[in-house]
Amino acid sequence: MGINLEEQFQQKIDQEIKIEPKDWMPQKYRHTLIRQISQHAHSEVVGMLPEGNWISRAPSLKRKAILLAKIQDEAGHGLYLYSAAETLGISRDEMYEQLHSGKAKYSSIFNYPTLTWADMGAIGWLVDGAAILNQVPLCRTSYGPYARAMIRVCKEESFHQRQGFESLLVLSKGTEDQKRMCQEAINRWWWPCLMMFGPPDDQSPNTIQSMQWKIKRFSNDELRQKFVNMIAEQIKILGMTLPDPDLEWNEETMQYDFGKINWEELKQVIQGNGPCNKERMDARRKAWNDGEWVRDAANAYAAKHSKQL
Amino acid sequence: MTTKEIQNPLINFLLHLGDNALILGHRNSEWCGHGPVLEQDIALTNIALDQIGQARNFYQYAAKLISETSGEKITEDSIAYLRDGWDFKNCLLTELPNGHWGQTVLKQFLIAAYQYYLYQVLEKNSEEQLSAIATKSLKEISYHLRWSSEWVIRLGDGTDDSKQKILDALEIVWPYTNELTNFTDYEIEIIGDTYKNIKDNWIEKVYVVLTEAGLEIPSTVYNHNGGKQGNHTEHLGYILTEMQFLQRAYPNSEW
Repeated sequence: MGINLEEQFQQKIDQEIKIEPKDWMPQKYRHTLIRQISQHAHSEVVGMLPEGNWISRAPSLKRKAILLAKIQDEAGHGLYLYSAAETLGISRDEMYEQLHSGKAKYSSIFNYPTLTWADMGAIGWLVDGAAILNQVPLCRTSYGPYARAMIRVCKEESFHQRQGFESLLVLSKGTEDQKRMCQEAINRWWWPCLMMFGPPDDQSPNTIQSMQWKIKRFSNDELRQKFVNMIAEQIKILGMTLPDPDLEWNEETMQYDFGKINWEELKQVIQGNGPCNKERMDARRKAWNDGEWVRDAANAYAAKHSKQL
Repeated sequence: MTTKEIQNPLINFLLHLGDNALILGHRNSEWCGHGPVLEQDIALTNIALDQIGQARNFYQYAAKLISETSGEKITEDSIAYLRDGWDFKNCLLTELPNGHWGQTVLKQFLIAAYQYYLYQVLEKNSEEQLSAIATKSLKEISYHLRWSSEWVIRLGDGTDDSKQKILDALEIVWPYTNELTNFTDYEIEIIGDTYKNIKDNWIEKVYVVLTEAGLEIPSTVYNHNGGKQGNHTEHLGYILTEMQFLQRAYPNSEW
């Protein structure tokens, strides 16, 4: 019986029929999705922190409003994604618990600091740009609720990417200080962004199974290459450079060649040794712990008043 | 720039309204990413965003009027980023630190209740632009008022702990509430004697919500005033230092 179910499941996947919450699915498919979707939701929520760092210092009221709206969108993405993960039989509180205990991961990119205003533009352009390449294929991922959440997420993310680029464009045409801000932000975010696509294909333990289940549709290296090709062209408009002496157009492959990624750095950041891992986790735990009495009060109030009805 | 010498009551009133919205929006935005529940983080960020938007509307109008009389090119950003504390006319209550969630929602409630009645009066004002901004803002403020009232009630009528926390917050913020309805000359010049209704409606609304929350209006005998005339608490200087940093460090730049 078990074999039949598994065969039927794979047939559905092969025929591009979406898997829905009540459908039978292999345990490992369920667990892979919970891990991936919750990690994605956590990334949205932790990702609010590095940008939140500049709300109070945004240089104009227009930029402040744009930044606030963007971070609010990210919180919204976190919400859809937590809801999508909940359809797989895990509660939001359990997912938070996993985040706070360090069991669940979030994107390593948010363990880097935002040191100048230009980082807001660089995050929009590069970080969201990399995220979109990862996420667009997820709009067709095999699990229905995840795919549908991603369609909404992607629409907003591409808007953020354009806003980020536009804000760097203004800096790139500004004063010498602003140009320097812009170039330094690009220098600091470039390599960590390349790492966002995950380890090289030959060292990515989950890729083959995820491709077979159509959770993933492109490999890490394919997406990374696509990102390099895209950014290497866009940066010309900014008149800035990417911090890679080996970056060069290759006539044969019709792709950009690029330098070696320092995978040891990614390993260190994942292990908790990035520049801001501790601050990010402390901030999340503090928000959760400080909010406990508020959640308790809301629950107590709701319980009292539902009895009266 | 400074707006200290401006005598025109409409400009002063617009600056006051914009400053209230900006400084309260600034405080509320400090919660972004740190709220007790994700949905509420979004709600309060949304309120902050509305307030920044309102500040921009008032400042743009004020900037137009100031530019017309002074001949200088004044923008919403020069008003927000290039004035010192003595030019700011926000009520002291808006600049008080957030404290815990209960203190924040209580502050937000007390101000939203005041704005709700004030903006209904402004909506009928003969200054077309002022009336239009009030109409647009009133939709947002109705939501701010509903959201913050619900939180005050929930915390007052939640657990013993939450009740104590909201009581403590009430003791802290109440002495700053009188200033809201303690109208200055520049306000009375624009809204006429309707200010008396605003004061009555405000206290009535506060009474109803606090009563539902199981709380009483504190019997404070001393009130703090001065914000509307540019005499602030120590907190405002730090808000401005942070907010104005880039404009001060890199003057005359486009962002």
